[in-house]
Amino acid sequence: MSWETICDAADIGNGLGVRALLNGEQVAVFRFDGKLFALDAIDPFTKAAVLSRGILGDLKGQLVVASPIYKQHFNLETGQCLEDDSVSLKTYAVREEAGKVQLAA
Amino acid sequence: MSKQRIVVVGNGMVGHKFIDNLINHEDADNYDVITFSEEPRLAYDRVQLSAYFSGSTAEDLMLTSEGYYQENGVNYVLNDKVVSLDTSAKKVVTASGREEAYDKLVLATGSYPFVPPIPGKDQEHCLVYRTIEDLEAITASAKESKTGVVVGGGLLGLEAANALKNLGLQTHVVEFAPRLMAVQLDEGGGELLRSKIEALDVQVHTEKNTKEIVAGENARYRMNFADGSFLETDMILFSAGIRPQDELAREFDIKIGERGGIVIDNNCLTSASDVYAIGECALWDGKIFGLVAPGYQMAKVALSHITGGSEQFEGADMSTKLKLLGVDVASVGDAHGRTPGCRNFVYQDTVNEVYKRINVSEDGKTLLGAVMIGDVEAYGTLQQMCVHGMALPENPEALILPAVDGDAAAVGMGVDALPDSAQICSCYEVTKGQISCAVQEGAHTIGDVKAATKAGTGCGGCVALATQVMNAELENLGVEVNTDICEHFAYTRQELHDLIRIGQIRTFEELIEKHGKGHGCDICKPTVSNMLASLWNDYILEGSHAGLQDTNDYFMANMQKNGTYSIVPRIPGGEITPQKLIVLGQVAEKYKLYTKITGGQRIDLFGAQQHELPLIWKELIDAGFETGQAYGKSVRTVKSCVGSTWCRYGVLDSVGMAIRIEERYKGLRAPHKLKFAVSGCTRECAEAQSKDIGVIATETGWSLYVCGNGGMKPRHADLFAGGLDDETLIKYIDRVLMFYIRTGDRLQRTSVWMDNLEGGLDYLKSVVIDDKLNVAEDLENDMQRVVDKFHCEWKATIEDPEKVKRFRTFVNSDANDNTVHFVEERKQIRPATEEEVVKFVDASSEVEPA
Repeated sequence: MSWETICDAADIGNGLGVRALLNGEQVAVFRFDGKLFALDAIDPFTKAAVLSRGILGDLKGQLVVASPIYKQHFNLETGQCLEDDSVSLKTYAVREEAGKVQLAA
Repeated sequence: MSKQRIVVVGNGMVGHKFIDNLINHEDADNYDVITFSEEPRLAYDRVQLSAYFSGSTAEDLMLTSEGYYQENGVNYVLNDKVVSLDTSAKKVVTASGREEAYDKLVLATGSYPFVPPIPGKDQEHCLVYRTIEDLEAITASAKESKTGVVVGGGLLGLEAANALKNLGLQTHVVEFAPRLMAVQLDEGGGELLRSKIEALDVQVHTEKNTKEIVAGENARYRMNFADGSFLETDMILFSAGIRPQDELAREFDIKIGERGGIVIDNNCLTSASDVYAIGECALWDGKIFGLVAPGYQMAKVALSHITGGSEQFEGADMSTKLKLLGVDVASVGDAHGRTPGCRNFVYQDTVNEVYKRINVSEDGKTLLGAVMIGDVEAYGTLQQMCVHGMALPENPEALILPAVDGDAAAVGMGVDALPDSAQICSCYEVTKGQISCAVQEGAHTIGDVKAATKAGTGCGGCVALATQVMNAELENLGVEVNTDICEHFAYTRQELHDLIRIGQIRTFEELIEKHGKGHGCDICKPTVSNMLASLWNDYILEGSHAGLQDTNDYFMANMQKNGTYSIVPRIPGGEITPQKLIVLGQVAEKYKLYTKITGGQRIDLFGAQQHELPLIWKELIDAGFETGQAYGKSVRTVKSCVGSTWCRYGVLDSVGMAIRIEERYKGLRAPHKLKFAVSGCTRECAEAQSKDIGVIATETGWSLYVCGNGGMKPRHADLFAGGLDDETLIKYIDRVLMFYIRTGDRLQRTSVWMDNLEGGLDYLKSVVIDDKLNVAEDLENDMQRVVDKFHCEWKATIEDPEKVKRFRTFVNSDANDNTVHFVEERKQIRPATEEEVVKFVDASSEVEPA
């Protein structure tokens, strides 16, 4: 597995997200509760690339991001939508290495 | 079938009610209606007449309009009194000589003020209190007077005294009987009312029989009393009761009572066939009803009889509850205890100035009547118990004793016992059953109940009782109303606000650590961030605040459906220089933005990608613009009309005031968005009465309206205060807004907030104007702190390169977002539809290989 550096660790504050381009795909990368998460950045309900701009939180024990458009929640670890069982987002492997944030290419 | 012709003589509250009921009747098309009024305008709200002195205009008091009558085919003739009646030829003749035939005639001529036959009563500054023209005369007279006397210490007399006091006169009340409100109150109640009113610097003179009015020595007139004493005054206002306006019936042989009043039966029919009488001119069972509710009932009954219905007039409950000169007064049923064998309980508290008495039947089983001064909380329950003859509890005294902890149900005990048919709201005739039904269908707050049933939206007198009915029903349903804001905080927004304010908490982390659990969510984070901002007004992207913001607040722009943003710079009061307009045009052109004028007199620029926001704002700020906070739950705009500076009709400088208000409250974050407007005259071109805060210029100063809104459930704002100078206006707005920020629920607009305040508008007035909670200074200080800390969030952002970095579309590329596509429509961009996007993608993939 090769890793692609997308930004400095300091570029993603705790509780915040950024958007990265990985092989032409838009990826939302978050730092929350001390960990990094990466999901498809495109909201499946509206086709708009907005998920990196959602609010992070926990609902019933799951860490989630809320879509800023119609507020559906997605599990940060699995990509599963909490409001609709049939909808799930692609997830990406992400790590912090030597002060850099990297996605699995 | 030809239409039946109905002639309605008199267009007062009751005459209008009859017509309004007819318009809304299913058989309305079978009737032609014409109404005559001797007054120059259609029906207005005489019950609220005194509001004229606190800033309401004649227009505010109108119950209908000529437009409404025209739309509904109602013919009306103003300034023309019906003077002749021929019941055999079935026609009427007016003062101007107009003849009108009728199939049915409705006399709704009302009453006139009784002026005792005192020598000297017809002089220039001796007036009455009944019509808008009377009020105009009183206002004019007050300008030339220092002192004023109201003759008559009844309900209307005390209202009139309040009016004189508001006009700045040294006010006296002269009453023939030994006590005030002798009809409604017993001796104990009358005494307490007197002492409360005298504490307000209104002198009360009882047992005074005025013999004559002569020239005064130190004032314009001297009133000489039968007991040899006298009183000097510059004006005299007679309010010694009403007499039925029955002259038409009297002259043309319709049966009249011995002491006046047109005799009617249970169908409201008079002695002449096809002639009805309704309202204060009618005499039923030897009684005249001087309240509006029985008049409305008669209007219903008369229409029912005309249209073949079966409703009957069966008398009316004359219980009343009102605020006189700021004193709460209530009277229920047999207030004097004149029923034979009557026994009573009296509660008297001279410290808090409360007097309550209930009269019960000899066997102690039913309530006959009650009197309450100073605390009228129990009115709703007592009035219902009395009307429905409900069984009294074992210890009836509990009904008027103050509730102590754990015994709070004492007063409410009656609610469960009420039958479903019990009328809770008499303005809209809403029964207990209807309220319970609304609760079963999901109305779980008093605001919802009001919206669903209209209960409590008239005079508001029944809100406490309606709330009790709602709570009882919720309990019956086993509904536990969970008011927790979300799973992370077991508190309401108001409680959280108190925790933050009192604990001086500055960050979300500190709050959740001390008072919550978990990490937070998209409900509590923005709510808390909003409260932190409205208390401390720190920069919203600083430190840990950033992650709390909704995307709109984080990017300080409004996200649209395709993930791009719109930008709304502040244009205070809607006033903008040509130079700034040009800049907006240039920026929009340069960044290819769609432009549209907003409802709040600003300009919205659509279609900016996130990385473009700081670039665009740099240009706007250089041109002197500030953030418009259209993205926040915050003060949006203050709309204004052009006002006295330009307009031929303008009374005050509405643009100047709008700018002053917008500059003061700009950016103030609140439970929901806030919209304001200022109109320069009562033509109201700025539509201030549809705003959270509406200001309208009048001849006597600013009128302040509060808690209106447009949107999904439009609601007119309520008149809060009138005749205000600039400083008082600002002070009141400060207090109203901060009180809303402290106590409002999450995403609760001001209208719903006020509907849910127990006591509604009156309560809000008591907090803001009378400072009942002793918080006014605190509220003003809170507001001043926020105002002092105002900063343009966009200016702070573009000055900080680290913050600007956060706007990059991609952290690792300068590419554009390839999900964003625009097409052209009417010479501007718009987001591409899904089908159009598919075409784009196909086209680009075809092109690429080449």
